[in-house]
Amino acid sequence: MKHFLGFVIKEFYHIFRDKRTLAILFIMPVVQMLLFGYVVTNEIKDAKIGILDHSQDVVTKKITDKLVSSGYFVVTKVLTSEDQIGACFRNASVKEVVVFEPDFAVKLQRDNKAAVHLIADASDANSANLIVSYTSAIINDYVQKENAQAAIPMQIGIESRMLYNEELKGVYMFVPGTMTLILVLICALLTSVSIVREKELGTMEILLASPLRPLQIIIGKVMPYAVLSFVNVITILLLSNFVFGLPIQGSIVLLLLESMLFILLSLSVGIFISTSTSSQQTAMLMSMMGLMLPTIILSGFIYPVENMPLVLQWLCHVNPSTYFIIIIKNIMLKGLGFMGVWKETLVLCGMIVFFITMSVRKFKIRLE
Amino acid sequence: MSTREKIITVSNLYKKFGSFTANDDLTFDVYKGEIFGFLGANGAGKTTAIKILCGLSKPTSGKATIAGFDVYTQTEAIKNSIGYMSQKFSLYEDLTVAENIRFFGGIYGMTRKDIKIKTQLLLDKLGLQDSAKKLIKDLPLGWRQKLAFSIAIVHDPKIVFLDEPTGGVDPITRRQFWNQIYEAASEGVTVFVTTHYMDEAEYCDRVSIMVDGRIAALDTPQKLKETFGADSMNDVFIKLARGDNK
Repeated sequence: MKHFLGFVIKEFYHIFRDKRTLAILFIMPVVQMLLFGYVVTNEIKDAKIGILDHSQDVVTKKITDKLVSSGYFVVTKVLTSEDQIGACFRNASVKEVVVFEPDFAVKLQRDNKAAVHLIADASDANSANLIVSYTSAIINDYVQKENAQAAIPMQIGIESRMLYNEELKGVYMFVPGTMTLILVLICALLTSVSIVREKELGTMEILLASPLRPLQIIIGKVMPYAVLSFVNVITILLLSNFVFGLPIQGSIVLLLLESMLFILLSLSVGIFISTSTSSQQTAMLMSMMGLMLPTIILSGFIYPVENMPLVLQWLCHVNPSTYFIIIIKNIMLKGLGFMGVWKETLVLCGMIVFFITMSVRKFKIRLE
Repeated sequence: MSTREKIITVSNLYKKFGSFTANDDLTFDVYKGEIFGFLGANGAGKTTAIKILCGLSKPTSGKATIAGFDVYTQTEAIKNSIGYMSQKFSLYEDLTVAENIRFFGGIYGMTRKDIKIKTQLLLDKLGLQDSAKKLIKDLPLGWRQKLAFSIAIVHDPKIVFLDEPTGGVDPITRRQFWNQIYEAASEGVTVFVTTHYMDEAEYCDRVSIMVDGRIAALDTPQKLKETFGADSMNDVFIKLARGDNK
């Protein structure tokens, strides 16, 4: 036990004396959280729009006011003719132009029908989509309220509610993914590199020839990373709560336990990588390509798994991150208890057993 | 010679990997305080044999004891009584001299007090008092090697295994290194050293030369040269490797 403690202390020396490791451990998580939280966002805010109002009546004014007061839009251009629309988009002064047809209010009164034309800059398809849907939602909302007063029969009012994320905040989506990504990077990448470094330097031979057991060596190597990853989990949760206002609906204890489980899994993946190679570069490449990309793309972090081609869906299902993201979402956002995540938890446990068994098999006790 | 205490005994040792025989019927003894040279070309089976003697790998058949402990069942006890230094004379570059000593002493179960005393002794002996707090990466290569050897025997092992300890080192440093080895041997540490520098073989008390997994010759350098009618160990080795004696 005593020589084991010395081993762990030595490992901390390695970590705290290497600037790169320190940066990955402590700066990257915060930077990633802030980046994903602020920069990569699906929300629209102050989108520039132009208004071409052929009618200039009470109703069109009201609708325009509603658009502006929503906070999503700023009217930067007031147009007077169709010819100006093209120019507006070309010099990128607006993202969308809202066109009201002539005699808007009159037609609405007389025919119960009037047309609004929404033209959006779809060179950025995603935001175009969002802007148009926000605009139509606001206009619909207005029309419905007016209808309620006019009491026109046979109206189907659609009322939608976004469960678990009422305001459709991007942060809700990114926190689970970012947390997963950071744990994968720290646990798998850093541990595999640090174990392989001992092989490269030749110190692994000395350790193996010493009275330390192989298991002690491995646990001693991964322990500090496990502890520091756990610190990171807490940092991320605090950041997401206090900076981005993301609540934790479910049990925080359960969330932390599941995080520990995932840390364990990532560590066993890291150990597995380190048994398969003896060069730091290969280990780093394997971790980057084999873990980082799938965690971002093939896990439901950004793109929904159900919409992928079948083959990619299979890949998602062998990717540990997919399950952890589901677990975090279920606990944090939906507030589910253990019964809501036991299947995913079981999968994670199974994967841990798999990777540890494989590592033990591959662990070469022989000196190179 | 034979009246001295045997510290390593090996008899009819075989190690096979599938159909390949890496160690073919090895039999030899090493005496306490001896510098035993273990020579052979790459792939002759040196490393395989060392791994077995260090308790890292089990033989296919045959017997071997290290410091009285059996290589099949008492690997833990073996590891506690040996020191090991590889050709990379590895130390942790981002730890200081003192931290390296503390770490390696620690994994051999030395007490904090013992480590402290040893550290002081070792630094004095090597003249490194001022460098105790220096990182290894700031030390010249020659110093690192000396330190690596001192650390390999910091826990007073009965035997120290040196796996090509002088690879890639300049002649002067090699000479100094051998002085260190002599000193250790005179203090009663048995030194088991592999090398491919034939001139170094002359420094050993006895030398065994491995060819194709077998021990082709084993004796003092002097006797070997006489037997093979050679001027130097290099000639002995060339003759053996060609199979002139068969």
